[in-house]
This record gives sequence, C-alpha cells and structure tokens, in this order.
Amino acid sequence: MTNMSMVEAIRDALDVVMTKDDRVIVFGEDVGYFGGVFRCTQGLQEKHGKLRCFDTPINESGIVGTAIGMAAYGLRPCIEIQFADYMYPAFDQISQEASRIRYRSNGDFTCPMVIRMPTGGGIFGGETHSQSPEALFTHVSGLKTVLPSNPYDVKGMLIAAIEDPDPVIFLEPKRLYHGPFDGHHEAEAKTWKGHPLGEVPEGYYTVPLGKAAVRREGADVTVLTYGTMVHVALAAAEEQGVDAEIIDLRSLLPLDLETIEASVRKTGRCVVAHEATLTSGFGAELAARIQKECFYHLEAPVRRVAGWDVPYPHAQEWYYFPGPARLGQALLETLEA
Amino acid sequence: MAARKKTAKPNVSKEELLQYYKDMLLIRRFEEKAGQLYGMGLIGGFCHLYIGQEAVVVGLEAAAEEGDKRITSYRDHGHMLACGMDPNGVMAELTGREGGYSKGKGGSMHMFSKEKHFYGGHGIVGAQVPLGAGLAFADKYLENGRVTFTYFGDGAANQGQVYETFNMAALWDLPVIFVIENNQYAMGTSMQRSTSTPDIYTRGAAFGIPGETVDGMDVLAVKEASEKAVAHCRSGKGPYILEVKTYRYRGHSMSDPAKYRTREEVQKMREERDAIEHVRQMLLTGKHATEDDLKAIDKEIKAIVNESAEFAKTSPEPALDELYTDIYADA
Ligand SMILES: Cc1ncc(C[n+]2csc(CCOP(=O)(O)OP(=O)(O)O)c2C)c(N)n1
Ligand SMILES: [Mg+2]
Repeated sequence: MTNMSMVEAIRDALDVVMTKDDRVIVFGEDVGYFGGVFRCTQGLQEKHGKLRCFDTPINESGIVGTAIGMAAYGLRPCIEIQFADYMYPAFDQISQEASRIRYRSNGDFTCPMVIRMPTGGGIFGGETHSQSPEALFTHVSGLKTVLPSNPYDVKGMLIAAIEDPDPVIFLEPKRLYHGPFDGHHEAEAKTWKGHPLGEVPEGYYTVPLGKAAVRREGADVTVLTYGTMVHVALAAAEEQGVDAEIIDLRSLLPLDLETIEASVRKTGRCVVAHEATLTSGFGAELAARIQKECFYHLEAPVRRVAGWDVPYPHAQEWYYFPGPARLGQALLETLEA
Repeated sequence: MAARKKTAKPNVSKEELLQYYKDMLLIRRFEEKAGQLYGMGLIGGFCHLYIGQEAVVVGLEAAAEEGDKRITSYRDHGHMLACGMDPNGVMAELTGREGGYSKGKGGSMHMFSKEKHFYGGHGIVGAQVPLGAGLAFADKYLENGRVTFTYFGDGAANQGQVYETFNMAALWDLPVIFVIENNQYAMGTSMQRSTSTPDIYTRGAAFGIPGETVDGMDVLAVKEASEKAVAHCRSGKGPYILEVKTYRYRGHSMSDPAKYRTREEVQKMREERDAIEHVRQMLLTGKHATEDDLKAIDKEIKAIVNESAEFAKTSPEPALDELYTDIYADA
C-alpha cells in the first residue's frame, strides 16, 4: 500500500494498464509532453513513448471521434477531456457514435474506450469550469458513467473501465484530486495523507463498475450520493448527529440497485445529493427508482439536495454549492417528516 | 520569431504614439495589479493575463471606428481596456463584486459591454469564432459599414468550428477580421506539437480568405495591418485574416507550472522584443517625450489602476438573489 492522491492513483492506474496491455493508448490536450493540466498523465510519455501517450490539438470532437475509430479497430484508447465542461463539442461523437456503434453494427464493431473528464465545482471555476454533466451521459443508452470519490476507487475503477468492453465516461471530481473536501471551504485544504481510502495497493487490481460502497452504516436515513458530495454527506451526518447510512454510488450506470434498495428498506428514509443542478438531475432518476421499488417501506418523501437551477456562478460559489449545512438540514427535515 | 524590422520613418504622429504607449501601459499595469490581487486571494479561480501581448489589441483598435464590434476568448482584459471599458468594472468582475461588468457572476473570462460593442470574453476555446461571424452578418444585413474583430488563439485555431466559420464568412462575404493571436503556446502545448502548418493564416486560402502575418510586438506594424484589413472588410470584400505573432510573458493562467518552455526563452522576449519598451524608445529617440513626461504618464496610469483595485476591493459582493437573475427574461 502507498498513500496516493487521486491524481497519483490515476497516473498509476494508467501506467499499470499501459504496461499490461499495449493496445492501451492515452491522449488529449496537454496530456503528452506537459503531463496534463491536472498532472494525471505526468511521466507516461517518457515511459511509454510518444506513440502511446501524446498531445492533441484543441479539438474535442476530433479527440473523441478518432478514439472511437481506434476502438472500433481494436485499440483501447483512454482519452482525457481537460474539463467536463469542454466535452460539448464532442457530444455528438459521444452520444451518437461511441454509444451506438455496437448496436448499429449488430455487435461487429464495438467501442471499448474511456473518456476521463474532471467534473464538478469547488475550485472557483465559474460557469465554464465547474459543471457536473453526469445526467447528460446517463441519459444515453450504450454509455456507462462512473464517478469515483477517492484514490483507492479511482485506480481500481479506471483499470476496470479501460478493460470494459464498452465506452465508459469516467468523471473525476476535481475538487478531490489532492484531498477530501467536505464543503467547509473556509477550513484549510486537506490532503489524502492519513485517509484510509488514500491507501492504494501497488500494481494491478480492479474495483468493479456497477457496485456501490457503503461509506457509513446507519439506521435512520439513507443518503445516496457520489463524488465530492460523499465527503459532504459524511460531514453533514456527523455535524447533525444523524445516524445516516451513506452510500457512495461510484457507478451511476450501471447502478447498484440492490445495495440502494436494501438500505432504503432498512432505514425507510432517503435523501439524494449531488452537485449538479436539481431539475432532471440524476437524483430524479434515483428518487423515481426508490419510490417504485421501496414505496411501502418509505416513511417520508425522498428529498433531493442539489445545485440550484442556475448556471454555476463565479461569485456566490458557496451559496450555490450544496454544502454540509444544506444537506444537514435536509437530513433533519427528512427525519422529522 | 523573426527579428524586428526597422520601422525607419514611422508614419505616425506624436499624439498617436503617446496614445498607444498609454493604452499598452494601462493594460500591462492593470494585469500586474490583477496578478497581485490574485496572489493576495482577492481574485479566485481562472485569470489569464495579457502581459506581453498588449501591442496586438492596441494596434488593432487603432483602426476601429465607433460601432465596430469585438469578441474574444477568456484572455480578455486587454481587449476590454483597449476598447474603452472602465477598468473599475473589469477589476471588480475579477474579484466577483457587484460593481463588476457581470455583477460578479461571470468572472475574469466572461464580461460584456453593449456600450463599447464588446461581445465578450468566452471561456470555451473557439466558441466565440462563429459568434463573431454572426455579428458581422448582422452588420452586413443592416448595411451599416461596420466590421467585427474576432480574436482567437493559435490553439483555438484547431477547433473545427473555426473552419465552419471561415467557410460561411467567405461564402457570405462577411465583414469580419479574424485575428489569430499567435503567442506560440496553447496552455502547455507549443504550436509544433499541435498545429500542422507553421503559419495559421495560410489556412484561409482554402476558403478564399486573404490574410497575412504581422509582428505583434510592434504596435505600428499591427496598426498598419489592421487598417488594411479593416479597409478590405468595410469595402464589402468579405473576411480577412490577420495572424499576429506575439508572446505571453506570464503563465497560461495563474496556476501554471511553466514547465513547457524555458525561463531563458521568456526572458529573451521580454528583453529584446517588448512592445512597450519599443514605443518608449521611439518616443524618447524621436524627442516626442522626455523621461519626465513618461514618468508622468506612469503615474497617471498607476493612479487609474490603483483606483480600480480599490473599487474592486470595496464594491460589495453581489446579493444572493442575483444568483437567479438573467437566466430568463423577467416574466
Ligand atoms: C473547448 C475547450 N477546450 C479546452 C479548453 C481549455 N483551454 C483553455 S485555454 C486553452 C489553450 C488555448 O490556447 P490559445 O487558443 O492559443 O490561446 P491563449 O491561451 O494562448 O491565449 C485550453 C486548452 C477550453 N477552455 N475549452
Ligand atoms: Mg496561444
């Protein structure tokens, strides 16, 4: 075990798969020579060569589109879109080519590729550098969408994603790259040092896609969340003294309904939390599933805590961000309902 | 970049030269101050400084007339100052305050001014380029003789939508000047690592758009090229491309490990090619100004910049309900 940040764990995962499988290639803007703006690919070009880790021009549609061609032919591209907010020029390629080449070709051609994208807020990025677009991807059949929340998971899931036979949207909460963040922005930034999930095994291992993790066991209310909000939820439960069961979904599609349903049936109450805007967010999907599957176990309406339905603001970031106070309030109200 | 050609007898008046000097110096000092405020934690998030590139926008603006439009990327502070926007409003946007051009909601990359026909700072690389053509379309439609300056970087020049725009602009003879601010780097990636042709303007030929390169460290050269491009567009001949070779001295944004180029490379540009120093020497050797005159200008500009910083610190934070305004038209 080595203590790693999420950035180091991503780098390590890429190194492990690139060493194991020479079909894996890594590219994107500033990814090769510079090592990525978040440094996730640092050293890979030196070690694996310019043919396997390289820079692209700034053309997201081109990056994704060429990767699809490579994947259809049998390579395993793992590409980086520098910020999830930059993927829109590529959305056509993602949602209509990557997702459906298997379907369209009756399985003759497939798209085993991973698109890594830093996602979410908390870094003063404003409207074009803070978005959480996960629900745009989960709405597309043929894509898998995952969103790990710590170094251990990010390494194991990235390896699993690269080995997956289908396209995986791999969202990395950028606020967590260097340390856990519970929404207390005025506090000094933490690192992953000393965090149990910052302990990362050496070499190869996988964390399967489609499996949630219970981060805190509890009896009174289930919190379904992912990414940065996992850490916010842990803080909120602690601060309000609520015995919450906190589930880190990790994988949105495929979704671990079994774990979710078991928990909600046990607690009878559920709060769903994400940074993305409320309306048509992934929380709506979760709430719908729960009311269908756990209706007779529910003692309170499912409550959602999310970003407000507005563009992510430059100023007022902490009013927008669903921090521990807002989530804590929702927990209390759900217990009282 | 080629060494500077001697501008033997520049066709420029003392007043003009002094104006360019002031305009460029304002941008430089403003940006230095923004850098300081960033360091003090008063500005957060993304902030892309224009230091080194001042001659580009000042030279281009020299040929602009009232009603002409401009649109650019996130590296936009210089463009706003050069078209006459209020330094206070720009600085207060950087600090995210109510007195900012976007009431603190846009930040460094997203500001606009209807009054100055400034159609924004745009955070998404290349996104502003088709918008620029749309503005030019409207001018053509209105037959008002206006032109649009559409700025973008060497990195942005690889986005597909740039070429969609070139085609439309040429097809419809739009009065748009595409200004490629080629500072040789797109974030940490140099031109050679990302761009198939050393001169980007040559790509216009495929669409029938004329263009040329200009030394962007020489404000007079930029001005001359701008006049030519503007005349071309105003006379109804369609778009024009100016590829202005320039250099940014600072990091891409405030968090730049600067590992992709040598310190010496930057130092050499600063020492040998600085556009402001160039004009300063012209002013002194041409006896247009004394050291004391220039000191007075320095002082005047420092006062403007200090005032903007003061304003940006004291303007209140936006009210919380501002979060919900300007998303839709008022019901
Ligand atoms: C669509 C999109 N992709 C990537 C980015 C990230 N990004 C911001 S600036 C930049 C480099 C742009 O370089 P250039 O066009 O040369 O402009 P410069 O910064 O040099 O002024 C990149 C890759 C972005 N903002 N938008
Ligand atoms: Mg550039």
